[in-house]
Parts: sequence; C-alpha cells; structure tokens
Amino acid sequence: MDDEIQKTQEERKKMEQQLASMNTVTFDTEFYSSNKFEGYEKSIPVNDDDDAFDTENEVARKMASFTAPKQFFKEVPRGAGEEDEPSGFNKPGKIIDREDDYRRRRLNRVISPERNDPFLDKTPGPEVRTYADVMREEALKRQKEELMKEIAKKKKEEQEKAADKKEEVEKPAQKRRNRWDQSQDEGGAKKAKAGSDWDQPDSTPGIGRWDATPTPGRVGDATPSVKKNRWDETPTPGRVADSDATPAGGATPGATPAGMSWDATPKLAGLATPTPKRQRSRWDETPATMGSATPMSGATPAAAYTPGVTPVGGVELATPTPGAINLRGPVTPEQYNLMRWEKDIEERNRPLTDEELDAMFPQEGYKILDPPASYVPIRTPARKLLATPTPIGTPLYSIPEENRGQQFDVPKEMPGGLPFMKPEDYQYFGSLLNEEDEEELSPDEQKERKIMKLLLKVKNGTPPQRKTALRQLTDKAREFGAGPLFNRILPLLMQPTLEDQERHLLVKVIDRVLYKLDELVRPYVHKILVVIEPLLIDEDYYARVEGREIISNLSKAAGLATMIAAMRPDIDNIDEYVRNTTARAFSVVASALGIPALLPFLKAVCQSKKSWQARHTGIKIVQQIAILIGCAVLPHLRSLVEIIEHGLNDENQKVRTITALSLAALAEAAAPYGIESFDSVLKPLWKGIRSHRGKVLAAFLKAIGFIIPLMDAVYASYYTKEVMVVLIREFQSPDEEMKKIVLKVVKQCVSTEGVEPDYIRQDILPEFFRNFWVRRMALDRRNYKQLVETTVEIANKVGVADIVGRIVEDLKDESEPYRRMVMETIEKVVANLGASDIDSRLEELLIDGILYAFQEQTSDDANVMLNGFGAVVNALGQRVKPYLPQICGTIKWRLNNKSAKVRQQAADLISRIAVVMKQCGEEQLMGHLGVVLYEYLGEEYPEVLGSILGALKAIVNVIGMTKMTPPIKDLLPRLTPILKNRHEKVQENCIDLVGRIADRGAEFVPAREWMRICFELLEMLKAHKKGIRRATVNTFGYIAKAIGPQDVLATLLNNLKVQERQNRVCTTVAIAIVAETCSPFTVLPALMNEYRVPELNVQNGVLKSLSFLFEYIGEMGKDYIYAVTPLLEDALMDRDLVHRQTAASAVKHMALGVAGLGCEDALVHLLNYVWPNIFETSPHVINAVMEAIEGMRVALGAAVVLNYCLQGLFHPARKVREVYWKIYNSLYIGAQDALVASYPILEDDENNVYSRPELNMFI
Amino acid sequence: MQASDRFNINSQLEHLQAKYVGTGHADLTRFEWAVNIQRDSYASYVGHYPMLAYFAIAENESIGRERYNFMQDAQA
Repeated sequence: MDDEIQKTQEERKKMEQQLASMNTVTFDTEFYSSNKFEGYEKSIPVNDDDDAFDTENEVARKMASFTAPKQFFKEVPRGAGEEDEPSGFNKPGKIIDREDDYRRRRLNRVISPERNDPFLDKTPGPEVRTYADVMREEALKRQKEELMKEIAKKKKEEQEKAADKKEEVEKPAQKRRNRWDQSQDEGGAKKAKAGSDWDQPDSTPGIGRWDATPTPGRVGDATPSVKKNRWDETPTPGRVADSDATPAGGATPGATPAGMSWDATPKLAGLATPTPKRQRSRWDETPATMGSATPMSGATPAAAYTPGVTPVGGVELATPTPGAINLRGPVTPEQYNLMRWEKDIEERNRPLTDEELDAMFPQEGYKILDPPASYVPIRTPARKLLATPTPIGTPLYSIPEENRGQQFDVPKEMPGGLPFMKPEDYQYFGSLLNEEDEEELSPDEQKERKIMKLLLKVKNGTPPQRKTALRQLTDKAREFGAGPLFNRILPLLMQPTLEDQERHLLVKVIDRVLYKLDELVRPYVHKILVVIEPLLIDEDYYARVEGREIISNLSKAAGLATMIAAMRPDIDNIDEYVRNTTARAFSVVASALGIPALLPFLKAVCQSKKSWQARHTGIKIVQQIAILIGCAVLPHLRSLVEIIEHGLNDENQKVRTITALSLAALAEAAAPYGIESFDSVLKPLWKGIRSHRGKVLAAFLKAIGFIIPLMDAVYASYYTKEVMVVLIREFQSPDEEMKKIVLKVVKQCVSTEGVEPDYIRQDILPEFFRNFWVRRMALDRRNYKQLVETTVEIANKVGVADIVGRIVEDLKDESEPYRRMVMETIEKVVANLGASDIDSRLEELLIDGILYAFQEQTSDDANVMLNGFGAVVNALGQRVKPYLPQICGTIKWRLNNKSAKVRQQAADLISRIAVVMKQCGEEQLMGHLGVVLYEYLGEEYPEVLGSILGALKAIVNVIGMTKMTPPIKDLLPRLTPILKNRHEKVQENCIDLVGRIADRGAEFVPAREWMRICFELLEMLKAHKKGIRRATVNTFGYIAKAIGPQDVLATLLNNLKVQERQNRVCTTVAIAIVAETCSPFTVLPALMNEYRVPELNVQNGVLKSLSFLFEYIGEMGKDYIYAVTPLLEDALMDRDLVHRQTAASAVKHMALGVAGLGCEDALVHLLNYVWPNIFETSPHVINAVMEAIEGMRVALGAAVVLNYCLQGLFHPARKVREVYWKIYNSLYIGAQDALVASYPILEDDENNVYSRPELNMFI
Repeated sequence: MQASDRFNINSQLEHLQAKYVGTGHADLTRFEWAVNIQRDSYASYVGHYPMLAYFAIAENESIGRERYNFMQDAQA
C-alpha cells in the first residue's frame, strides 16, 4: 500500500518537473536548497510604521509620471549587515560631556530634605522643615554672603591702598573699570552659558567661589576671601556639621550628598595627586566616596565605601575607584590595571610605623623628636582610616578574610536576573549585591530593595525588563510611598555620569510616579525641582520638553500654593543659576495652571523691597512666560506689563535690564497685536535710551525694537526716527552684543510700514555701511548672519541698486570671509527682488566681481559662491549673454583643476546656469560644454562624477536629445558602466540621466543596449535612497515602452526565482510598472503562465505583481478581472498563508479599482473565497483579509457584506462572535448610513418594539 | 502570538472601533444592538430630507412634525 502511494507521489513529482521545464524559463535546482521554505518569511510585512516620517511633497510625487506603491518606496532594503553599522544610532553620550560650566552648576545644588505639607491636618513636628524654616535659612545664607562680600571688599581695598601707597609716584590711581569690563571679567568662567550673560549678579564673588566648593552640599560655606583658604585649614571632625547653613547637614544624612566632602578622600590630596592644591572638580572624586550619600543602614561613612566590607583595613582593595582616575565612563581593563598598580604603589609608600622605623634604622645616631606644638593629628574618621597604615598583617601578604558577600573588581553576575551594573552604579545599587536573605530584612528595607531593583531594571535593563519594571513602579507607587521612591530616584538623576538615555528613562519614571502619587508629592516638590530644573536649560530640545512636562505635571499634582511655597525661597537665592532655573520653572507653572492664578504672586515678587534679586527673578519669570507661551500672553498682556513696568526705573541696573528684555519678549510674543498694553512703558523706555549707556541701553533698544513693529504706520515712522538717532550713535559701539541688538532693531524698524525709503537712504545707509560693512563683521558667525539679514531687509525697502551698488566693489576685497558675506547678501537681495534695477554699468561690475570672487575662493564652504553665482546669472537672464563666453571659459578652466572640489563646483555651476544659457541662445556653447563634460566622465572622485552627470543632465534637458553633443548613441553606452557605481550621488544623477534619455530619446540607442541597462537597473531597485529607487522604477517603464515588454518581461520573470526577497519585491514592482506602461494584456498571459511553476517564491511573486498591477491600473482592471479570477481562486484556497495573504490584497486592489463598473458577479465569487480566511490569526494575513473585505464593502455595497456578517454576530462561540463583530464594526464605521436600509427585521418581544415600520411605507 | 504583534494596528483595531458609539462587541445583547439600530435609523431619517419628505407624505404629517417625532423616538 505504502509503495503505491510512494510511486504515485514520485510520478506526480516527475510530472510537475516536466511541467516546469516546459515553461520558457527554467531554473537551476542546484541554486535552491532542498527545503524551499527555508529562510522565507511566512508573511510579508505591511509596511506602515514609518509613514509618519515621510515628509515628501505629495503633490510633487503625484506629478511624476510613474507610480509605485508607497510601501515599496518606503521599504528600506537591508544589506548583508555590514551597512547597518554606520546607519545605526550614535553611541549614547554622557550629559556631562556636552554641558558647559554654567550648566554643570546644577551639580552644586542640594536635593533638599522634604518639607511640610501645609495641607495636611496636623501641625508639623519640630523635625519637619516648614516654609518658615526654609525662608530663614535662605535669609541667613544671603546675610552670610553679603558679609563675606563686605569682608572681601574691605580686604581688597586695604590691599589696593597699600599698593597705591607703594607706587603712588610712578602710577596714577587705577582707573575705575567700567561696567563692561566688570561683568565680562566675572563672566570669564561662565561665558558659554545658556541665557545671555545679562543677568549675572554683581555679587558673584570674584575669587573662584565655584572652584572652591565643587561638592554638593557645600554651597553654604563658600569662602570668598583670599586669605581664608580651606586648604590651609586643619580638617576637624565637626567639619561636616558646620555646613549648618546648608539644609543638608543633619536633616537627611541619607538622601543628600552633603555628608561627603573633601575630607573623605584626603589620600587624593596627599598621595595620589602630585599637586594637592590643584583645583579639583567633583569629577575627580571617587564615586565610591559618594556612596556614603546613599543611606545604608548603620554604616558609618567610612565603612560605606564599598557595598561590602573592606577586608584589609584601610587601603581599599575592593573599591573599584581609587585615585585620580576619573570614573566618567565604564571602567576599561586598562583602567583597572592602572588602579591596581596605583594601589600597589600606595601600599609601598604608606607612612611607616614606629616599629618599622626602629627595625630599619640603627639604634644609635638617631633621635626621636617631639611633634611640633602646632601639629594637630587627623581626627576625621574617614581620613584617619586612610592615613594610618594597615593595622593588621605584613605589607606583603595576608590571607584575606573570607567574605562571600564581597564583590571584587570583576563585575559579577547579577542575582535574580538583574541587569548589568556599571561601576558608577555600585554606589547606588551596590547593596543589591549583598546576598542577604530578604526574609531577614525589615519591611522598609525590603521595600527599598524592591525599589532599587526596579530602578536598576529601568536604568540598565533590556526593553522588556524596563517596561515591566516601569509598570510595576507605576502601579505600586502609592504603596511604595513618595519618600522612598524619590529618595532613590533623585540622587540617581544627580549622578555625574548619567547618560541622556538614562536620564530620559528616570525622568519618565518620575512622570509616571507623579501621576499616581498626586497630592502625596507635596513634601518632595522642591527636591524634584532641584533635579528637574536643569533640564529646562539643557541644550537638547527633548530634554527641555521633558523638563517642562514634568514640572507641569508636578504643579498640577501639588497645586499652586505648594509650588509657590517650594520655589519662593529660590527666587532670591544668592546663586544666579538657581534663580535662572527657578524663573524658567515658574514660567512652566504659569503655563500649566494659568497666568491669572500666578499674577498676584508675581506682582508681589516684582515689587519686593527686600532684595533686588527677587525683583529680578520676578521680572524674569514674566520674560520666560512670554517666551514659553507666545501669543497666549495676549489676554494678560496689560497686567503683565503693569507688573513689570516699574522695573524700568529700578535702582538696580540688572533689574532695569531684565525689565527691558522682558518687555521685548512680551512684545515679540504679542506681535502684531497689543500695542495699547505697552503705552505706559513707552515713555520710560524713551527716557531710558537717552539716559542709559552700555548693556542697559542695549536692552532698552531691544525692547523698543520689538515694540515698534506693533505700532501704526504713522507712529512707527515717528518713533523710528526718534530711536534712529541713538541707534546711529551706537553703530560705532565696539560691543558685540550691542552690535547684534542694534542690527536687529534696525531690521525691525526698517521693515515697519511707515518708514520711507528716502529716509533710510539718506539717514541710515551711509552710517550703516560705514560701520557695519567692514571685514571684522564677517568673522563672527552670528554678526555675519544678522548683518546679512538686516541688509536684505533694508534692500527690500530701498531696492536692489542702492544696496548692491554699495557693496559690489567689495566682491574684490582681499578678505575671503568678507567676500563671502557680500556674495550671500547679493544672492539674497537679487533672489528677492530680481535684477531689473541693475543698470548696465552695475551689471558689468557685478559679473566682474562675481567672477573674481568665484575664482579666488579657497575655502571649503563653496556653496555660498555657487548659489550667489547661480542666483545672479538667473536673475539677469538674457542680459548675461555677452559674459557667457567668459563664464564658460572659467568653467572649462576650472573643470581641469587639480582640486576635486573646484571641478565639482564648476560642474555644479553648469547645471545652475544651463537654463539661462539656453535663453541666451548659446546652444553651440552648450554643445561644446557637453563634449567637455563627456570627456570628464572618467572622473574618479564620485562626488565630482555625480556633479558632472548632473551637469550633463541639465544640458540634455534644455537642448533636447536631437541636438545633444555628443550624440545620445555615444553618450548612453558610456553611462551603462557608471550605473554600477555604488556612490549614491553618482547613482542618482546617472539614473536620472538614463531615465531622461529613455523617456525622450530611446530610439537613438539600440535595444540590446537597453537590455543591458535593464540588468543594471534591477540591482538599483535595491538602492538605499528612495529617489534612486523611484527613478529606477520610472526608467523601467520608459525602457519597456521603448523596446516592447517581451524581452524585459522575460528578464523580470526569471528574476522572480532568486532567493533574495528584496530583489523579488523589486522585480514584482517592475513587472507591474511594465504592465502599466505597455497595457496589461501584454504582460498578464506570461505572468499567469508563470504561476504554474510549482515554486513558492515564483507564485508569490506573481500574486504580488498582480496585486501591484491592479493597484496601478485601477479601473482598467475591469477588463482583466474575469481572466485572473481562476488564478485568484486557486491562490485563495492554497495551503500557504502567504498565497492567501497576497491574493487577498490583490482582491482588495481589484475591488477598489472596479467599484461601480459592473463586475459584482466576479467580486461576490471572490468574496466567497476570501471570507473563510477571516479566522486567520497571523497579523499580516488577517490584515490583508480585512482590507479585502473593506474593498468589497466599497465595490459591492455595505448591504452585501452585512448579510455575510449576520450569520456570526450572535454565534454561540465567543471566538467567532469576536471576529464577526470586528468586521461588523469596520463595516459600521465605514458605511453607517447605508446599513440602515439593510438591517434585519427583528421581532418585537413583550416589552420592546424592535420593528421599524417607517421603511415599509409605500406610496 | 509574537511579541511584536501585540503592538500593531490589529491589536488596537477593536480598541479604535470601540471609540465610536454604535459599534458592537462579542458580549452585546440583542436588545442593545436593536437600540443602536433604532437610533441609527431615526438619525438617518432625520439626516436625509427626501426621506423625511417621503414619510411626511405617507403619514400625512408636516415634515417638521416628522422630524420632531423621529428625534423624540431616537431619544426614547
């Protein structure tokens, strides 16, 4: 019996093989593995994920004559894997690495202990910090700061006096530094900070206050005086406690890093670092020291060094972090070796004990001296521990105490599936490594451990781990409690080695947790703000957005009163950084809770009598609000202006400055409305610009510059004239900031309606050009940009000739950056306004200058010159004819240049001016250029080759196929090998050129050559760049049209048999395109014949081609639907899922194409085959089936599909019902109204009337 | 089901559909469905003026009255 079956099977196989060989195309079996299903995907992905990123102009694409389904263009083919490397994500960077000094000041802040929640119904105990406490502390701090400043000032005065006395005779008294110098000096260390350096406090103590106290928790006891250097002091045990000014000290030894300070690592100063007085930043410190910052039950700071216990007393063999190696990154093996070596050296160099000394020295001739009276032994526990040598054992070797819980340098396998820990994580998560019995821990400790585990998973875990951990943290947030959660999360965010990704994740945790905790966060608001506020000034846009989101959620959770209570003390903080970030945070609160809610508070702050800092910050909040919420300030504009207007006359110049800047921000946000709100400030501003100088003046000018555009034309003109006097005076200011502001204000004034061109020409231009159009301006990027913008704006008013006439000579200036600036301005002006203003003399000068500048350029940034050249030539149009020979001479000469850049630029220039050359009737010249370019097709630099091809394309485009020299029949064979080039620019330009030729001049080239190109094109269908793939598909169509579909089709059908999926997909698209361009009937017979090949890939390829084909041909499909129906029947009944999937999508396209064209019979027939597939579970298949049914809804009407549906809506099996309801729902959403007529007639029951008698009415 | 499938459009389809009033689900009762049908029908009658006119002639009522009646019925 079995034999018989085997025999028949063999027979059938033979028959199938015969059948296969009967086809025109055969394939080598040796290329295909025995298991033909191997390595194939079971279903084809529906490529819809990246649609959102497609920014391409839809219209432009529709205009093109060819089409291919979107998903094909979207599909980015993957190479064998080696290309994936460069396109991957950048390596995650640490935040700290890209921060400047100013931003790093975030690390100086202390995560303050929690505060009282006044909304709770109980009086706070003495241990709870209330608002009053915090305010008192702040006041103390301020007083201290002022006192210190006083002292420093006095000291300085004394010194100066002494110096003066000495050099009285030779040197006249030192000149008082003017304001400009002063603030610049101060700004020295923080030049590159986020905001402008307008609002630097005058009070910043000059003597490296920030350098002196790099540790967090130390902000309080800065010692600004020169004499009192902390380094000279003997550290005393009480040292930690004397940070009483900082709130960190005793209140939460755990949560704050306050406990750590320098005295914890004296070894650094003494032994490891050669220069003990070297300024140390926090980064040099061992993160292990900071371990004392994490609360570890019962551990002294010293013992808390390592998660375990240090075995040999003192020299910490196990801490991964001695010495000056800074642990910013994960520790490399080399670093470990270095550390080990260093430890060894330290061991040898440790101080010797008396016994050892006795043993070493001879008994006689030496005397033991008493220590000097001033000597104070070290008492700090941490220092002592390190300074004294090992109490036990010999220095050589001792058997270490066995400790299983100990972790050694090698990162060990994490217990319980925890993710890998980086060395810098040990200080936070180290205790997870102690393999303690969880049962023995107290419930609180267990909770802590749980939180730590989850956080570690979020921070370092794999995506699924992270996801579940995040969900658990969210779900259990209230159970864990706000305190333990934030005490864990917030220190992590202060970690100096944090990376962007990690910060993002932790911030996400906070966000989720906030949502759950709601009002429970109140005591922690300030803590959270301390770590989140720095995000607001981060340079990364997304970090800023994230920061805003958190603060906004926080303010919604905690409420306005708590937010104000938490942030009020920071408003007049002595540190400018704190005030700056607080102002920004307040603006977020305002946008979250509404400006009106905050207005009374702002009013009070801005009028604070106690400190100018408070007023300054208050006004800054208004500025930030304006910047943040933009035109939404309009309803509150008047009240906001009223709140800050008195600041214009403030006694402190910083307050005046920020007030003017805030007004500028408000006016900018409100533009072009709201001038009436600014009425009250116009007068003080006007007075101000007459009486102030320097920075304040600049700020006032800026405010006026933003207010003028809001005015009516008449007023604007009047005020412009008024302010212009001052502006023109300030044209000469040497200050960069002032220059920028003046330029900006000029731009705004000039662009307002009421300002007359004549006025500008006479009063502004001479001074403007004299002061600004100088070489120096071209050197600074920002000045350069601003100057170009302003000049273009002026040109818009006064016309091209005036401006270009003034600067055209400068095209021959000797400074290249200056020439470039001139060129860019001319380009923009000419592009905006055209060249009709330019007379013949100027035209001559212009072309001459441009040619000079173009030839003389040396820098790499060549685009400016190129664009300028192109813009001017295109603007002049036919007037450029006399100069063309000269220009072409230049181009030809430069095409021959040694430098690749120059050649590339010359070729690019040809493509820019080709159209104009045609306009000028210089076809001969172009033909000549064509030949020259043709000769350069052997170019080896791909960038240059690409440009040359582009230039050829431009020439072919304008002079046409017939007139082209070299003739097309010579040109194209030269292009075929270039198609093999893998460089994108070459490919793109080449395929464009080939496509153009195939479109317009296919007859000039023999068919054999086109076939050769077809083979090359198949490869290019895999290109990474969408443009190339599209051009390739397009070209296929043109070629097929030119040489007839048969040959092309045979090639393509053969190609269906290759292994590579990408290749097959490309081929199916190409087939469909050939079908579209050469009518389906030329393709369909061969294609359907191909389906008989008993090969999965081929059959799927055919089906996919059919699917694309029907998508393209749309209603043309009605003539072919009956022809392909038997094939689709077969495919829809196939055992293979992909067959059914692809066939279903073909049915969909078919149905959508022929809707309303009378093919219902065939469609119903096909629907009968599609319908049984509705229970498929594979996502791609079910998707295709559902879409096919949707297509049927369109083509057959909702009523037909509803009738298919009704049978299963109330089926006893839930699985069945679910599917049917899903179909019903999409039907319902798609055609709700159409269903009304076809709902079934339901019988009334005793209580309810289901019938719908209206539809039975008949007249 | 693979992990990746859980997040694609198919898994969300039902959720998306559930956002619309009038869609159904596997546990919908006959009564609930019938209510939806009734409401949809009345909404449709009111929405199509020719239909209202037709009913008005058939019932010898004014079009406004018809509309009012359907609205009342739809809310009932």
